[in-house]
Amino acid sequence: MMKATIVTAPTSTNGDAVFQRICRASAFLIGILMLGIMLSLIMGAWPALQHFGFEFFTSAQWNPVTEEFGALNALYGTIISSVIAVALALPISIGIAVFLSELCPQNWSRPIYIGIELLAAVPSIIYGMWGLFVFAPWFSQGFQLWAGQHLAGLPLIGGMFQGPPMGVGLLTAGIILAFMILPILTSLIKEALSTLPNVLREASYGIGATQFEVIVHVLLPAIKGPIFGALILALGRALGETMAITFVIGGAQSISSSLFMPATSIAATIAEQFNEATGALQISSLIGLGLVLFMITFIVMGVARILLRRSAQQ
Amino acid sequence: MNKLFKGAALGLAVMCSAPAFSATVINGAGASFPYPVYAKWAEQYNKETGVELNYQAIGSGGGIKQIKAKTVDFGASDAPLDKSELDEFGMVQFPAVMGSIVPVVNLQGIGPDEMRLSGEALADIYLGKIKTWNDPALKALNPSLDLPDMPIYTVHRSDGSGTSYNFTDYLSRVSSDWKNNVGVGKEVAWPQDANQLGGKGNAGIANFVKRTPGAIGYVEYAYAHTNNLSYTQMKNKAGEFVSPTMESFQAAAANADWAHAPGFKLILNDQPGAESWPMTAATFILMYKEQANPETAKEVLKFFDWAYEKGDGLAKELEYVPMPDSVVEMVENTWHNQIKSTSGEVLFK
Repeated sequence: MMKATIVTAPTSTNGDAVFQRICRASAFLIGILMLGIMLSLIMGAWPALQHFGFEFFTSAQWNPVTEEFGALNALYGTIISSVIAVALALPISIGIAVFLSELCPQNWSRPIYIGIELLAAVPSIIYGMWGLFVFAPWFSQGFQLWAGQHLAGLPLIGGMFQGPPMGVGLLTAGIILAFMILPILTSLIKEALSTLPNVLREASYGIGATQFEVIVHVLLPAIKGPIFGALILALGRALGETMAITFVIGGAQSISSSLFMPATSIAATIAEQFNEATGALQISSLIGLGLVLFMITFIVMGVARILLRRSAQQ
Repeated sequence: MNKLFKGAALGLAVMCSAPAFSATVINGAGASFPYPVYAKWAEQYNKETGVELNYQAIGSGGGIKQIKAKTVDFGASDAPLDKSELDEFGMVQFPAVMGSIVPVVNLQGIGPDEMRLSGEALADIYLGKIKTWNDPALKALNPSLDLPDMPIYTVHRSDGSGTSYNFTDYLSRVSSDWKNNVGVGKEVAWPQDANQLGGKGNAGIANFVKRTPGAIGYVEYAYAHTNNLSYTQMKNKAGEFVSPTMESFQAAAANADWAHAPGFKLILNDQPGAESWPMTAATFILMYKEQANPETAKEVLKFFDWAYEKGDGLAKELEYVPMPDSVVEMVENTWHNQIKSTSGEVLFK
């Protein structure tokens, strides 16, 4: 009762102070939360880190029977599948964004954009199920069979397309991830394009540039920084994705040069093994994997910040 | 303000007194493999007695952790604990129900119950020593089948599971190579010489096998049955080929030597008997010997007593194998002799 009257009193400045403190506390809460998560991950992973030393990060052994654990398999699968996803999704999302903001008639742009936003609202487990039951069979009978006959023999890249057409594996995981990060990439790039002043377009057309030249030589270079930022955000999402990947990556603790072979990711390994893990060392190693993922995401975001700042300074 | 306070006080009073009106609740957590039958039993039992069973299928590992932390009245695990570990924590362990694991294959023209496999062949397939379906070892087992020259894809569980534990246990019993190089576990390092593919859950394996020509996997019988997968016959310890049926599962359980298994730690793989299905596994319940809360413990024991006595039909409907009467008798003797209240009162009479 007391407080309420003070807050509503127009002459008092106490309200501002309270408000400021609440806001500050909220901001600090994020920091404390981060620190707490980091600390508890390190504490949980400590027995494994102590037992295996640095080898935990470089060993490809993951054997619950002999209690030998290394993060390399999962690390490899996480990074390669995310890189595939970003590499596939970036050109497509630039295409969509350019079409929506520069090329397509106003009354079309909105429904298409809503469709893309809806893609972002699909829960990731739905992508996983769709990937496993619909996409993987089609992919194995279509692209993988074809690639096995035509691409596998090629020098250099041939090795990436060898192996049985099982439908699931690193490449499938990368493609499903690409679908999942498409909406965020598209909407960020479209936003960036829409912030560009119209003067830029008018001036470019004014000196006789074609539509293609305006888009490729003027507009896209002007949003290089935001595109890169979007890329990193999307990569962050791809790295940590769990459920969809668990369904389609194939769940094999191994590293293969072929993108068709089953692999595993950090998040998938944790999701699959944590429930039934009984040995203290295995649990600790799984938490250690969590720590590795946390650190990668941290480094990726950090590098992105540094690069973005540099491009802003130029 | 006053009104609000009164309302709150009333609400609080209602909340506090609510448990006094509601029925008894027993809490359990653990293995997900028996969850469907526990849930079915609980529903029926609740109708008959009003006692509610709250079972969380969080996995065997989780069940063991929860009972050790004493947050549940009983824990459930697919892999039995060692007698020494039971003694250390003062727990008893008993089998609740059984299930069977069957190999399933995807080969054109080969339907359920047509192909024959032996334990050695199965181990060699998963070890990557037998790589194609027309391997001489498989041909020798199946002289009447036309086996194709096709690579074998082995499908295993990518998540930790009691099914994998029992499957790898069986392979260890029949193949010293498997025992020495891979071992037994809910997750193992699957030999990379074979074309290994990991599916999540029984459904994951069923899905991969169904879709990949030349694939072989292992699932609980219920999944093979409902998904119409081509399960195989197996050569058992007596050297006979048996089909996976309720009779062969029950034969395995009946021929098992429960009386000489300390803490009921008995895995029903590779049991003697001409009729026995070689991959049968019980799932276990863990309870404390000394019960600080004897009333709840009594209810837990009553529930499982009811399940042994009246739950057989429900279990069979779901393709689970009920425990044979001789084993039930041994289990109930153990309850009677070992589970007591802190003051020494016998809780199961």
